[in-house]
Amino acid sequence: MPLSSRHLLGLQGVPKEDINLILDTAKTFREVLERPIKKVPTLQGKTVVNLFYENSTRTRISFELAEKRLSADSVNFSVSTSSVSKGETLKDTIRNIEAMKVDMVVVRHSAAGTPLFLTKVCDSNIINAGDGAHEHPTQALLDMYSIKEKLGRLEGVKVCIVGDIAHSRVALSNIFGLKSVGAEVSVCGPSTMIPKNIEQLGVKVIYDIDEAIRENDVLNVLRIQLERKAREYFPSIREYSTFFGITEERLEKVGKEDILILHPGPINRGVELSSGVADGLKQIILRQVTNGVAVRMAVLYLLGTMN
Amino acid sequence: MKIILNNIHLLHPEQKIDKDKTDILLIDGVISKIGNLSKEDLNDAQEFDLSGKFIVPGFFDMHVHLREPGREDEETIISGCNSAANGGFTGIACMPNTEPAIDSAEVVTFIKRKAASHLVDVYPIAAATVGRKGEVISPMAELYENGAVGFSDDGVAIKTSAILRRALEYSKMFNTTVIEHCEDETLAGGSMNEGLNSTTLGLPPIPSVAEDIIVSRDILMAEYTGGKIHIAHISTKKSVEMVREAKKKGLNVTAEVTPHHFTLTDDAVKTYDTNTKMSPPLRTRADVEEILKGLKDGTIDCIASDHAPHSIEEKEMEFDYAPNGIIGLETEVGLTFTELYHNKVLTLNQIIEKLSINPRKILNLPVPKFEIGEQANLTILDPDEVWTVDISKFKSRSVNSPFNKRLLTGRAVGVINNKQIYFKGEFSDL
Repeated sequence: MPLSSRHLLGLQGVPKEDINLILDTAKTFREVLERPIKKVPTLQGKTVVNLFYENSTRTRISFELAEKRLSADSVNFSVSTSSVSKGETLKDTIRNIEAMKVDMVVVRHSAAGTPLFLTKVCDSNIINAGDGAHEHPTQALLDMYSIKEKLGRLEGVKVCIVGDIAHSRVALSNIFGLKSVGAEVSVCGPSTMIPKNIEQLGVKVIYDIDEAIRENDVLNVLRIQLERKAREYFPSIREYSTFFGITEERLEKVGKEDILILHPGPINRGVELSSGVADGLKQIILRQVTNGVAVRMAVLYLLGTMN
Repeated sequence: MKIILNNIHLLHPEQKIDKDKTDILLIDGVISKIGNLSKEDLNDAQEFDLSGKFIVPGFFDMHVHLREPGREDEETIISGCNSAANGGFTGIACMPNTEPAIDSAEVVTFIKRKAASHLVDVYPIAAATVGRKGEVISPMAELYENGAVGFSDDGVAIKTSAILRRALEYSKMFNTTVIEHCEDETLAGGSMNEGLNSTTLGLPPIPSVAEDIIVSRDILMAEYTGGKIHIAHISTKKSVEMVREAKKKGLNVTAEVTPHHFTLTDDAVKTYDTNTKMSPPLRTRADVEEILKGLKDGTIDCIASDHAPHSIEEKEMEFDYAPNGIIGLETEVGLTFTELYHNKVLTLNQIIEKLSINPRKILNLPVPKFEIGEQANLTILDPDEVWTVDISKFKSRSVNSPFNKRLLTGRAVGVINNKQIYFKGEFSDL
């Protein structure tokens, strides 16, 4: 059974069956990654362009490896947004790239909605690798994969996303994806970082981190942006880490030392996670990274073999 | 030249004219006879059979952006006037966010001169402060003397309460109104209305309170100074409520709404179509309901398009990078009749007030009269014509409209003004 869409723009409205198909397929590829020769010929002859308008090392390398391990030809195209504003339009860029006969485009852009825009101006399969504060579906899928790997299921699992929810595409994709497969989702963070009307998505809002730890099976802790602009939303890093940082003491106090903690990386040690907690998580966070390659292979494979 | 408009329904709410199945004789663009035409009158006259059509005082749009001087690739004074005529308007007021801004007598005169021979009357709104920068009030007396009919920093609210106070006090001398784009820029700066949709679309939000704060400041200042304030493109529930209260107190506060703000909600943004990006942004159903109530009870005085031409290259872009605004002159009458007349929000007479009489009164301009000896300034209207919007048929130089292919009921089929007629897509002299 194929996916219901030929693009992966986000997880909003994506049916449970599609998500399970991606996660099940990822499991097969996860096994490939443990082999001495980590390569399959599945996408031989297909060309994938990684179109990155925003700096990213991890996501780009993860996609690139996924493409190479599926034997696709992949090309990286990185543009800084500042040079774009002076140069050619996105539409011209994508038309030029497509004229070189590509099959799939992985796009990251600081403006929400850009992947959808690309579906209207070109014929390739579009995969969203993060658009503004909108969605980052493959990150959410790898988070879900990692939860399922550890807990054996997603349905009924209680997940709390902690941090800057208002400006996070990871949060939004996780909310849509987890809700679709029947998990219970809550968010926790300073009230200035909780977007308006989020409860209408069926999400519980928690302001007390101890309560969030107590009531959930999983914490997905987001990276706090330390740039000045993000800092308008909370008084100081010290105050943030005091009231929302996850420390060993806090986990012990609540009696949940074994709670599953995910982090998309890179970690700000001493801010959202204490160094002790971060060190304890090394294994799961590195597994998340490996799972990321498998999930992206699954998405590329399922979309690339559709048409 | 003699022309006869046959079988028309003549309607003028201010003059209390409501006369069905009559004829008008125009000689050289002047109303020479209404009804009871003789055989002699028919001699050498060109006749227009307008059965089922209404003749109403020429429509007026008080919020139009002509891009000349500065961005003639998007709209010129002439193409904007052609667009207005095609949309059913005989007069427009043009906003000062040109390059350079309309903040000197030279620019006012330039615009007046360029538009002088057109069917459509063009009245410049001048900047309230020099360069629309909000620092020093513009030479209002000189601007007024040269033909400016109102003052606005257009696109932004007047920056500080202190300068707003001076602008209101100074403009009082000419009894003109200060037109405000109400938005607190420290709160705004996003791409769409703040709410569930901005959250799920991941677009930077603009809270409705950004508008409400400035509307409230402006009303207070109008009360304090006794100056006249006009709220441009009102878009929030709270703002409508505040204007309603201000009017009850008898303050000099008026307001306009655009067709897109009474037709669409922020649900339209879900496609990331940049033609749904405007300032103020499309709001929620609750805001639209209050706007409809405000139109009905008279809180909102008039309908204006905020016609804002932008090139395809600028609009065909990432949502965050695309400029705000859509063109509206050629869909305004259709949307007004579809949404307000056929949905029984407003009567035909109320629509004529909001599209013709009130905007002229706000700007102290004479309202066209249907009297013998008066120059004809009128719109020929078919409230029941069903038509489909086709941006390729627009007279505007730009096509940035979210209403392409929309089915509308009601249309202006022609206009007459300044001894010219625009009918079936053609201008001719009378």
